[in-house]
Amino acid sequence: MAKTVILRIKRQENPQANSRWEEFELTWKPGMNVISAMMEIAANPVTRDGRPTTAITYDSNCLEEVCGSCAMLINGRARMACSALVDKLDQPVRVEPFSKFPVIRDLSVDRSVLFENLKRVKAWVPVDGTYDLGPGPRVYPTEQEQAYPISRCISCCCCMEACPQFNENTGFVGAATIAQVRLFNQHPTGKALKHERLQALMGDGGIQECGFAQNCVEVCPKDIPLTKAISDTGREVVKQALKDFFRG
Amino acid sequence: MAATNPRIIVVGGGLAGLAAVIKIAEAGGNVDLFSIVPVKRSHSVCAQGGINAAKNLKGEGDTTWQHFDDTVYGGDFLTNQPPVKAMCEAAPGIIDLLDRMGVPFNRTPEGLLDFRRFGGTLYHRTAFAGATTGQQLLYALDEQVRRYEAEGRVTKYEHWEFLSAVLDSNHVCRGICAMNLRTMEVRTFPADAIVMATGGIGAIFGKSTNSVVCTGSAQSALYQQGCYYANGEFIQVHPTSIPGEDKLRLMSESARGEGGRVWVPKTKGDKREPRSIPESERWYFLEEWYPKYGNLVPRDVATRAIHKVVYEHELGIDGQPMVYLDLTHIDRATLDRKLEGILEIYEKFVGDDPREVPMKIFPGMHYTMGGLWVDYKQATNIKGIFAAGECEYGYHGANRLGANSLVSCIWGGFVAGPQAVAHAKGSAKSTDGVSSSAFDAEKKRQEEINSRLISSSGNENPFRIWRELGELMTKNCTVIRYNKPLKETDAKIVELLDRFNRINLSDKSMWANTSFVFTRQLYNMLQLSRVIAQGAAMRDESRGAHYKPDFPERDDKNWLKTTKAYFAPDVDEPRFEFEPVDISLIPPRPRRYDMAK
Repeated sequence: MAKTVILRIKRQENPQANSRWEEFELTWKPGMNVISAMMEIAANPVTRDGRPTTAITYDSNCLEEVCGSCAMLINGRARMACSALVDKLDQPVRVEPFSKFPVIRDLSVDRSVLFENLKRVKAWVPVDGTYDLGPGPRVYPTEQEQAYPISRCISCCCCMEACPQFNENTGFVGAATIAQVRLFNQHPTGKALKHERLQALMGDGGIQECGFAQNCVEVCPKDIPLTKAISDTGREVVKQALKDFFRG
Repeated sequence: MAATNPRIIVVGGGLAGLAAVIKIAEAGGNVDLFSIVPVKRSHSVCAQGGINAAKNLKGEGDTTWQHFDDTVYGGDFLTNQPPVKAMCEAAPGIIDLLDRMGVPFNRTPEGLLDFRRFGGTLYHRTAFAGATTGQQLLYALDEQVRRYEAEGRVTKYEHWEFLSAVLDSNHVCRGICAMNLRTMEVRTFPADAIVMATGGIGAIFGKSTNSVVCTGSAQSALYQQGCYYANGEFIQVHPTSIPGEDKLRLMSESARGEGGRVWVPKTKGDKREPRSIPESERWYFLEEWYPKYGNLVPRDVATRAIHKVVYEHELGIDGQPMVYLDLTHIDRATLDRKLEGILEIYEKFVGDDPREVPMKIFPGMHYTMGGLWVDYKQATNIKGIFAAGECEYGYHGANRLGANSLVSCIWGGFVAGPQAVAHAKGSAKSTDGVSSSAFDAEKKRQEEINSRLISSSGNENPFRIWRELGELMTKNCTVIRYNKPLKETDAKIVELLDRFNRINLSDKSMWANTSFVFTRQLYNMLQLSRVIAQGAAMRDESRGAHYKPDFPERDDKNWLKTTKAYFAPDVDEPRFEFEPVDISLIPPRPRRYDMAK
C-alpha cells in the first residue's frame, strides 16, 4: 500500500458551534506540507472512515511564509501551515485553530486585534506628503541591519498565541506591536512620534505585562529578536514615564 | 451635479491599490478599500528582488531614458511608449518617497541607497531591501494607509470580494457589488469612481508563483461586463522557481543579480553530487549563449534556454526537468546580507542550504503582462472604472523586466488615484443622483448566481475542474506554443465550462464557505482562460514571452499591435480587435541579447 499521512483536524462550523475532530488519511507526496494536504482534502473531502465532509476553511495566501495568513496550531505549536513540512512532523498531525483569537470557522480566526494595536501605537513614519521632496535621511548599514529584521514581521500573531501573558485578563498588547514601536522609534523621522508610542505602551495591557517567558522569540517564524525589542523598549518606556512624572 | 467630496472605491490592497488610496486621501477624497485578505497580506509581499529606478548612484551614467529604452526593448516593442517613459522618469522620485516612508533599503557604506543588477539591463538600477523588497514596500504603504484610516479618511472592507461593477443605464460605473467572505452577504456600494488593483491571474495555470488570491476573477468579471482585456496571451514564465506540491515558489532574479550562475552537468545522467563536478564538466549555457548579459538575460530568454537544455539536449539534472542555480561560490556574509529572505525560503521548503549546495530550479508561471485595457490615464473603456498594477496591461509589452513590476504598480496607482478623483469631480452627475434600480438589479443578479450555485446538484468537484484547467493551460499556453494544441485547449475549456454547470458543492452552508467562494472564482477563471488561449492561437509570430516555433520571428508588419478581447454575451465567448502600438519615441529594432544593444 502507498505510504500515507494522517491528519487530525479540529473543525468548528461557526463561532457559536461546538468543535469536533475529523481524521483524514492522504497519499504521501514528496515535499507535502499542511496546506498542500488540505488542498488534497478539498479535492476529495472524505474522512478517514469514509464519511463525506466539507473542505476545510483556513486562511492562506502566499504559501511562502511571508504573508502571515496561515498561522495555526500544528502539533500544539503556533506556526505557519505552509512551511510545516509533513515529513518533519509526528503523526497523526494535529491541526487546530489558534486558541486565543475568536474562531471564524475551522482553522480561520480573527486576528484584527493586531492591526488595531498597530493603529494605537502609530506604527508609521509621519511623512509630509507623497510629492517629490528629495531623498530620505541617510541611514548607515549598521542602522539598516538593526531595522530590517524587525521590519520583516509578518503579523502572523504566533508570538501572541504562544505568550502566557496574552489573554483577556491582562489585555497585553503582545510582542509584535512592541517590536514595531522599537522599529519606528529608531527611524530618523519615525522618532517624531516616539513619545506618543511609548505612552501607548504604558499602563494596563502595556509593556509591563510582559512576564519574560520568551515563548515569543521561540515561535517567531521570522526569527525576529523580540525579547531584545521588548527589553529595549521597556527601558525607553520607564524613562519616558519618569520624565512625564516630573513634568507632570 | 458633480461630487464635491468624491467617494472612490479601490479594489485590491497590494502596492497599486494602496498607492491609489494614498493619493486619493491626499487629494481630499474618501476611500472605501476592498480586499479579500487583510491588505498587509496581499501578493505584493512576495516580490523579492527589488525596484528599478535610474538613480545612477554607481557612476555608470544610467539615465531614465536608458531605463525607458531597456523596458521597451525588453518588452519587444509591444508597449505604448509614452506611459512607460513617464513611469521611468517618475521612478527615482518614487524610490525617494519610499525611502522617506522608512523602507529599510540596503545601504552603501556612505549611507546611500545600494543598487544591484537585474535582468535585461547592464546597469545597477535595482534598489532592494534584502530579498524581501515587495514585503517592505507593501508595509510602508500599508502603514501610510493605516494612518489615513486612523484619521477616518479610509474605510477598509477586508474579507470582502469584488463580484462586479454597478453600471447605470448609460453604462457608467456607479459602484461595486461585493460579497462578505464570512457572512456571505451580497451588497452594493456606491462610488463616484472605482480603481481596480486586483493583481495577477496565476491560479488559471493551477500552480504558479502567485498567491492563492491571484485568480483574475475580478478582471474577468469586468471583461464579462464590457471591459476590454488586452494582450492576454502574454504570460511570463519565471526561469527560476522551486517546484512544489501546492505552488511554485519563486527564486528571485536577484540570486543571479548577485552573481548566481545557472548550469547543468555536461554529461547526460551525471549522478555525481554537484559540488564534486569540476568546472570543466559543467555547462554554463546562459553565459555561453549570451556572453554580454550572461545569467541576466530577460526572463523569457532564460526560460526558453532552460527548456532547450532540459528537453532538447536532455541535460536536466538526473533526467528531471531541473537545472542548477549556484550561489556556493559567493561568501556567506554577502549572501546573508543581500539574499537572506530567499535563501531561507529554499532552506525551509526544500531542506538544503543554498549557501552550501546548488539550488535545483525550473521555470514557473509568474506574471501576466496582459490585463484590463487602459488608456494613458489608467482608465478602462467603461467610464468610472480605472485600473492599476498587474491587473492592467500598460507597461510591460510582451515581456516584463525584473524589478519593473513594483515600480509599475506604485506609478499606476499614483496615476489612477488622482484620475479617479478628477473623473468624479468632472462628472455631470454624481452617484448620489443615480436611481437605486441599477444597484438593486446588480445585487439581484449576483444573488441569483449564488443561489444557482448552492442548489446545483451534479457530480463535478470544482477543485478537480480547476486542476484540469491548470494542467491544460500550463502545458499549452506557457513557454512554447503551437496552434493545434492552443485550439484544442480552447475546446477543452468549453467542455470544462459545460461541466461547471454540473458542479456539486460539498459545502452548502452560508458562513465562511471557502469552496463556494472559490467556485465562483473558477467560473471567471474559465472565461478568462479562453481569452489567453484564443489570443495566443491568433498571434502568428514570436514576440517576448509569446513563442511559436512555427513562427519563430517577430512580425512587426502584421503583429506590432495590441490584442483587445471583448466579451460577446450573445455567444458567451471572446471576440478580438487589434490596435496599433504607440511607437512614437523609440523606433522598433531587433531584440537581441547575445550582444550589446
